Amino acid sequence: MSDFTANTTPHEASMGDYFALMKPRVMSLVVFTALVGLLVAPVPVHPFIGFVGILCIAVGAGASGALNMWWDADIDARMKRTVGRPIPSGRVQPGEALGIGLALSGFTVILLALAANFFAAFLLAFTIFFYAVIYSMWLKRSTPQNIVIGGAAGAFPPMVGWAVATGGVSIESVLMFALIFMWTPPHFWALALFVKSDYGNAGVPMLTETHGRDATRSHILIYTLLLVPVALGLGLTSIGGPLYMAVAVVMNAWFLKGAYDIWRRDDVACEADKHRTEIKVFKVSLYYLFAHFGALLAEAALRQYGLGGW
Amino acid sequence: MAIRVEHEMHGRRKGRNYGVGVLLIGFIAIVFGLTVVKILQLGEAGEFERFDHVARPQLIPEEGASK
Repeated sequence: MSDFTANTTPHEASMGDYFALMKPRVMSLVVFTALVGLLVAPVPVHPFIGFVGILCIAVGAGASGALNMWWDADIDARMKRTVGRPIPSGRVQPGEALGIGLALSGFTVILLALAANFFAAFLLAFTIFFYAVIYSMWLKRSTPQNIVIGGAAGAFPPMVGWAVATGGVSIESVLMFALIFMWTPPHFWALALFVKSDYGNAGVPMLTETHGRDATRSHILIYTLLLVPVALGLGLTSIGGPLYMAVAVVMNAWFLKGAYDIWRRDDVACEADKHRTEIKVFKVSLYYLFAHFGALLAEAALRQYGLGGW
Repeated sequence: MAIRVEHEMHGRRKGRNYGVGVLLIGFIAIVFGLTVVKILQLGEAGEFERFDHVARPQLIPEEGASK
């Protein structure tokens, strides 16, 4: 007989399971875009305050990920891609995820207010609210446009990074937001075209299910066309420059070509080559975002040496 | 029944407990670091002296001194 009775669940959660609640892969994109937003801002930030600012944004994003996993545990259990997540697999209790999500949200927002400024903290709080409530609780299960509007949550980090440095909003930070906002729909719909059955099983109204795959292909092309002026317009602002513009022209041409290729295809062609084009465009979309933000960072670095910019 | 100092659970939760310890130490380091940075950003160390509920005659302006 033991001295006292303790939790004896066979799969006790490890630190790694709690970390997995915070969606580390999404967090890496958030850290990267927020860091670029912070570093390209015209106001220098003390490195330690910058570090704490990025940490707050990353953990805030992780907290909203934990809240999303708490709310979506039922549909995660029905999708192959998400069935191994900590809650559906039984390693973490839903209540734990809710507690961690709420506690970390509060911690990071207050810490960001103290470390940087109130506006950045407000923007981070709004981002968490947008992802957890507007996207996860409301849009995701109710409209096929869930990706479009919900994509805003993923687009806020560079704006928060910019706000950490400047304490406000400007055309540059709005265009960085718009770049990710317009990029998200074609990126996710390309994914939805080759993991169709998963979302259908979970009852999530993806465009592929509600409007059909041809309509989705058209939407990918339309949103990619709308994305191009945003990406090029960002190059004309104070944080852009010839290097960014060169990267933007190449990447937009590549992405647009991919979107056009998808639009021209039908289901027979997709089945024939096992969604080769869709998978390729999905990968291109990842390079697309990293290349744009990488180019912005390069412009900022060149500016230190009197190069870069217009 | 002998009271055992070590329970099987202690071993099972070792990683988790160390993790929480590291997080707490990290949090303290962040708050300490922020405090140092924020104070140093104020500039001159002598300017840190402010009203602290203790009579400080040197803070009272001299009579006849221009405002």
